[in-house]
Amino acid sequence: MSKQEQHWEKTRNLLFITLAIWFIFSIGIFLFGAEMQESSIRPFGYPLTYWFTCQGSLAIFVILIFWFAGRQEKIDDEFGFSEREGDQ
Amino acid sequence: MIKGKFIDNLPKVYGIYTGGFLVFIILMAIAEQAGMSAKLIGIFFVAFTVLIYALIGWLSRTLQVDAYYVAGRQVPTVFNGMATAADWMSGASFVAMAGGIYFKGYGYMALLVGWTGGYVLVASLLAPYLRKFGCYTVPDFIGTRYGGNLARFSAVIVLTVASFTYVTAQINATGTIASVALDIPFGIAVYVGLASILMCSMLGGMRAVTWTQVAQYIVLIIAYLLPVFWISSKLGAGFFPHFMLADEVARIAELEGQFGFVKNSAADLATVPKGLAGITKAHSSVNATPWAFISLAVCMMAGTASLPHVMMRYFTTPSVRTARRSVGWSLFFIFLLYSSAPMLATLSKLSLIDPTLPTGIIGKTIAEVQSIDWYQNWNQANLMFISDFNGNGTLELNEFFMGGKAVVLATPEIAGLPYVISGLVAAGGMAAAMSTADGLVLAISNALSHDIYYKIINPKAETAKRLIVARVLLVLIGFAGATIAALEIQGILGSVIWAFDFAMSGLFFPLVLGVWWKRANAPGAVAGMLLGLISGTAYLIWVRSGGSGFLGITQLTFGIVGAAVSLVSMIVVSLITAAPDSATQKMVDDVRVPSGKTILAQK
Repeated sequence: MSKQEQHWEKTRNLLFITLAIWFIFSIGIFLFGAEMQESSIRPFGYPLTYWFTCQGSLAIFVILIFWFAGRQEKIDDEFGFSEREGDQ
Repeated sequence: MIKGKFIDNLPKVYGIYTGGFLVFIILMAIAEQAGMSAKLIGIFFVAFTVLIYALIGWLSRTLQVDAYYVAGRQVPTVFNGMATAADWMSGASFVAMAGGIYFKGYGYMALLVGWTGGYVLVASLLAPYLRKFGCYTVPDFIGTRYGGNLARFSAVIVLTVASFTYVTAQINATGTIASVALDIPFGIAVYVGLASILMCSMLGGMRAVTWTQVAQYIVLIIAYLLPVFWISSKLGAGFFPHFMLADEVARIAELEGQFGFVKNSAADLATVPKGLAGITKAHSSVNATPWAFISLAVCMMAGTASLPHVMMRYFTTPSVRTARRSVGWSLFFIFLLYSSAPMLATLSKLSLIDPTLPTGIIGKTIAEVQSIDWYQNWNQANLMFISDFNGNGTLELNEFFMGGKAVVLATPEIAGLPYVISGLVAAGGMAAAMSTADGLVLAISNALSHDIYYKIINPKAETAKRLIVARVLLVLIGFAGATIAALEIQGILGSVIWAFDFAMSGLFFPLVLGVWWKRANAPGAVAGMLLGLISGTAYLIWVRSGGSGFLGITQLTFGIVGAAVSLVSMIVVSLITAAPDSATQKMVDDVRVPSGKTILAQK
């Protein structure tokens, strides 16, 4: 496998992980909205589903993007595909 | 030129600007104590901020194509994040979102999840790759990746339909705020709003829009957060509402149980002014089916990743790496406002319905409520209404009606904050609507001037001519948008959601597959864009004209139909036609690697 193919494979795997986490917190948990609402887990005292819609999922998305960016930068560095001065 | 120095000094420049704005707020507060009228304060707030934006727009004027289309590709990560947040958060987010949550609760909060979750798609699927491409516009990417004027032209059509739907709503919002704050008729205020929008974008294109959007973000976030924190402390709910309103949320649920949701008769409802609604849904409980919630969230997420005015903000960063990080910053700055909207809705509702609070009106006598100053003001502005349906002389929960905008606009006054805060909120709403309108008008006129005029009609046009065409188109589109906005065909929020569905129907899969599926070719992309847009639109028309719809897909989620048709037709047509040539395949390989020259620079 060429260097570029390896790079793309890693990039793609990172995408799948990122999208899996994204799926859980944007779609997955809301399949169980009514059940979660009754849960005894209450972040800051809010009902669980309510908390996810107003803070939880939103904050997780912010963290997820920065995590994703960091991992992708590592992959790019590993294969020497990061941008150098004057590339643009 | 000052430019290089300006970029290095950004934190200082905007630091001084923020400080100056805070001083201005304090001066206004002092003036209010000294007896300045509420009306004058409102005028000062809106006029002062709009003049600042216009000044920034004028200082950023340019005669260079690169600066006009992509701000010279040198906007630093964090500042691009702020600009994107302002670009993104429209008048609807600012003025209408808290109201939507107030009235519809959980079912509406799918929009919060959708409008933030979409950025994960932007960061992982698209933004870094489109940045590597080095295009000026979104159709520029489609046109070059797939090849051919037909693909480019189709992308321009989808972009125009989606963005134009969106921009009329924004110009409408600037008109609404300008007419209230400056006390002029709406028909004229729309054009005042338009003039302010054009002043920010016409001379400097993307460069001017970028630097005004950063300034607008600062105004709008202060204007949103300050009242939320203040009201929360004033009600004794806690100094940091986001972590401290659990008791208030529980109290609302308790009161709802106590009052009950009494259904009004159709005859009674007919007497309520148009656009006002009562509290008919529980505040925090799960009141929508999983599918209703998820389908709306999915549409907003896919729409986010397809709206050209957002995508083009990531063309302005210095590199692929910064484009990626910039998406994170954008979402962080959006998060600050979005996570506060439910808190504002909670505070607003509690202060109105809790009989034990001095501001609570439920349970008071009708005559008593009618004599309250703020009730009279907002009743006159057609945003509040009470009526004694059951004739018992006391106000019940089902006898109180409010407009969605009132949650943001009126709560400071209800909670007894000084008028200076209401002036600040008006300036914030104006900033939110203007910044989004600027981004949208620019997205449309750039697509028409770059992709239609320069790439298709007259590829030999010289720089000066291209920039003149771009500006003429900008003004024309602005006027077209304002003319339609003045007709007031549709509410602000409805057309915003439609714009997402249109964008998703036509552009989501052609954009994503352009990067992630090498086999995708021009006929497939054209089929995906056009059939997606047509089927989505047809479904919308069908449902609007009384059709029953299927799978629970409503006029707010018609993008699911459009995008599904788009995906299937794009794959089928791509597979039955010839694979893209080796040059195109090589181009896709290059897009996937951050290093090296941009694709368009290689040509």
